[in-house]
Amino acid sequence: MAEHAVGQPQDIPVGPTVSRGVGIWGMWTVIGSEGALFAYLLFSYFYLGAQGSQGWLLEPHPSLKYALPSTLIALFSCAFTWWGVRAVLSGRRANAVFAFSGALLLGIAFVGLEILDWQAKPYQLGTSSYASIYFVTTGLDLLHWLVGIGIFYFLILWTALGYFSARRSIVVMASALYWYFVTVIWLAIFVTFYISPYLGFGQWQ
Amino acid sequence: MAVTDYQRIVTVTQAKPALAEKLRRIWETPAGFGGWISTVDHKQIGIRYIITAFAFLIAGGVEALVFRLQLAGPNLHLLTPEQYDQLFTMHGMTMIFLYAGPVLSGFSNYLWPLLLGARDMALPRLNALSYWIYLCAGIFLYIAFAFGFGPNDGWFNYVPVAARAYDGGPNIDFYSLGMILLGLSTTVGSINFVVTFLRLRAPGMSINRVPILAWGTLTASAANIFAIPAVSLAFLLLWMDRNAGTHFFDVPTGGQPLLWQHLFWMFGHPWVYAIVLPAMGMVSDGLPVFCRRPLVGYTPVALATVATMVLGFGVWVHHMFATGLPSVSLSFFSAASIIIAVPSAVGVFAWIATIWHGRPVYRTPFLFFSSMILLFVIGGVSGFMTASVPVDWQLTDTYFVVAHIHYVLIGINVFSVVGGIYFWFPKFTGRMLDERLGKLNFWVMFIGFNLAFLPMHLTGLLGMPRRVYTYGAYGGWGPLNLITTLGSFLFAFGLLLLLVNVLKSRKSGDPAGANPWDAYSLEWAVPSPPPPYNFAVIPTVASRHPLWEGRLGEGGLVSTIDRGMLLTEGKQTIGTTAVDAVPDIVLQMAEDSYAPFWLATGTSILFVALLFKSMTVGIIGIVVAALALIAWLWPTAELREREPTGG
Repeated sequence: MAEHAVGQPQDIPVGPTVSRGVGIWGMWTVIGSEGALFAYLLFSYFYLGAQGSQGWLLEPHPSLKYALPSTLIALFSCAFTWWGVRAVLSGRRANAVFAFSGALLLGIAFVGLEILDWQAKPYQLGTSSYASIYFVTTGLDLLHWLVGIGIFYFLILWTALGYFSARRSIVVMASALYWYFVTVIWLAIFVTFYISPYLGFGQWQ
Repeated sequence: MAVTDYQRIVTVTQAKPALAEKLRRIWETPAGFGGWISTVDHKQIGIRYIITAFAFLIAGGVEALVFRLQLAGPNLHLLTPEQYDQLFTMHGMTMIFLYAGPVLSGFSNYLWPLLLGARDMALPRLNALSYWIYLCAGIFLYIAFAFGFGPNDGWFNYVPVAARAYDGGPNIDFYSLGMILLGLSTTVGSINFVVTFLRLRAPGMSINRVPILAWGTLTASAANIFAIPAVSLAFLLLWMDRNAGTHFFDVPTGGQPLLWQHLFWMFGHPWVYAIVLPAMGMVSDGLPVFCRRPLVGYTPVALATVATMVLGFGVWVHHMFATGLPSVSLSFFSAASIIIAVPSAVGVFAWIATIWHGRPVYRTPFLFFSSMILLFVIGGVSGFMTASVPVDWQLTDTYFVVAHIHYVLIGINVFSVVGGIYFWFPKFTGRMLDERLGKLNFWVMFIGFNLAFLPMHLTGLLGMPRRVYTYGAYGGWGPLNLITTLGSFLFAFGLLLLLVNVLKSRKSGDPAGANPWDAYSLEWAVPSPPPPYNFAVIPTVASRHPLWEGRLGEGGLVSTIDRGMLLTEGKQTIGTTAVDAVPDIVLQMAEDSYAPFWLATGTSILFVALLFKSMTVGIIGIVVAALALIAWLWPTAELREREPTGG
């Protein structure tokens, strides 16, 4: 008779430890789907621009007055997030709370700067297809930042309550992953809406 | 084992009755209304999906019968143009979005953990959420129809007809919001399938031993994750054009009507594959059982499934050949649409070879599965024809295309699904469906379907345009349409026989036992219906056909079902590595929860508020959804998401 394949008694982790668990895989798929959403938005921008006539770009040289600082702020917030993750993994709770709070405040600052940027625009949502795609894309981006801010509010609370340790930290890892993702999305939007016109997109005769 | 343990030695044991009793207490959802609302059991959710999808199939079918009466002869005026518009749009929308996708999700939800040797889906609460949102979206769209505001611009809803200027009622607002809501359901459901496939296969079920049904649903789900956002975005932009004064699709202010078509079909074509690949997977797994031999060409079929989907993302423009795009673009997409026939055909040859080399047993599931091959070939060939640009220019927007889509969708989806019901009903209920009624059921459906749709190719070739509410006597289309109408009623009668058979056999069918078909995959190793925990111990898989190993004589190790890892500390199952399926982690599964129901309710309230533009109602919806989400995501020691010492 053939030999049976059967699992041997073995020593394996119970429940999610650090990033090992199905939750992180779930977050990656969410990122894939939300990333696709923004890819379609940027496709729509390039499509409308490429099909549009001269003057489609309402701002041939978009002002970087708010967008550039907010980009730097977004990157700094990621640095704070990364520091917070390190602090959780090395058991320094106070440092983690401080770092995540820093990320949260920078996230709020980012949202504030974006709203100022909106107010400074010489056009509104209904002015033209350019204005529509600009406000809808950045608006959906802001919505993702607000979700991130909500997540971090609870992350700080839970960290302060001592929920997490070097081993039990999947919630931290997943939250940080989301924050990095939202920042990457902003970088793509920044390059598309603020930088590509300087490189010539939409400037043809 | 305490919640403070990070690691443990998982012991291996023999399945015993006492163990089964203990597991039942852990896994069973309590009876009653609370249990009904809060259950996360994949089997209950799967059955709900199938029943709900069939309810929509009946609704969509009745809609079709009504407008087939209208089209039975020239110059009929049973329906007004507006009624006709809503009926054919509701029919298309219902069948494609509320039946064809969800019914496959139902089968996969029920079957996956059983096929893969797991105790539930990877993310059980997400599974419940997916169902509740699907139900809410379906009700949302049908309430619109009940009040006379159903979508009325065709299921693909082209602008500018769907713009406010040409369709001023709330019809398209209902459609837009309903589709975004439904997209949430499909996305979270797809996420669950992908993660389950990658992490919850039984030890030893390496990636080359996974049933083809799982490959089909995995491929469809991965595609959905990337494709659904395109249609959700398209409907969001349209809704904003109609309600917020944006200008995405209207020409005077720089909008582009074709942007709608691009976004819609970037989603739409992958979706067509998403609603057939899992059905093909059902045939790939079911047909060999009745041929008494393994599927010929497992590896090519699995790879072709994935290849079809990948290519499926590069063919969307073949829906837009007549829109005046540059010829370079047409050539590229024409070539891609022709090439996609290659991986699509791999399955056909594999199924034919399986029958050829097998000893077919002509039971009802075999009839449905094998006839699907024929119908798919007819539908495939008519699709291949329209992949050629000059042919498409002649046939686009005629009934030829309508015939094509029905051969593909009814042929592949409905015939496989009905075959699947005959095949898996014994597993779902413990009882067999009536075989004689089943054969009658098959022949009525098969003859009715071909009577309805084969002549429709000719109707199209004779130039009858689709989506007209009535037509004159001049084109010679009358007799063909009459035949189609008669065939559609016969087909509907066939489906009625299925319902009769299900209702009759549910109580009085022959007892099935665990494995009535002498099939080979893991779901047939457990009792019918399966216990709430599926497997008393975690099985170990050594081949593609765990229950046929003795007779296939492939040598090597033998799979073990009744001896394996003992996991009884709360709801637990084993997580394995993505490729080799080596035990990697003990997963703590979520208990039953009300959070998915309330999250779906809150989200739906928000969408109703968007429809009526009510800030107050919207805030209520957001608060309900947010509270449900917080309750859901709050880390618990039981799920090992946090240290028990904190707080």
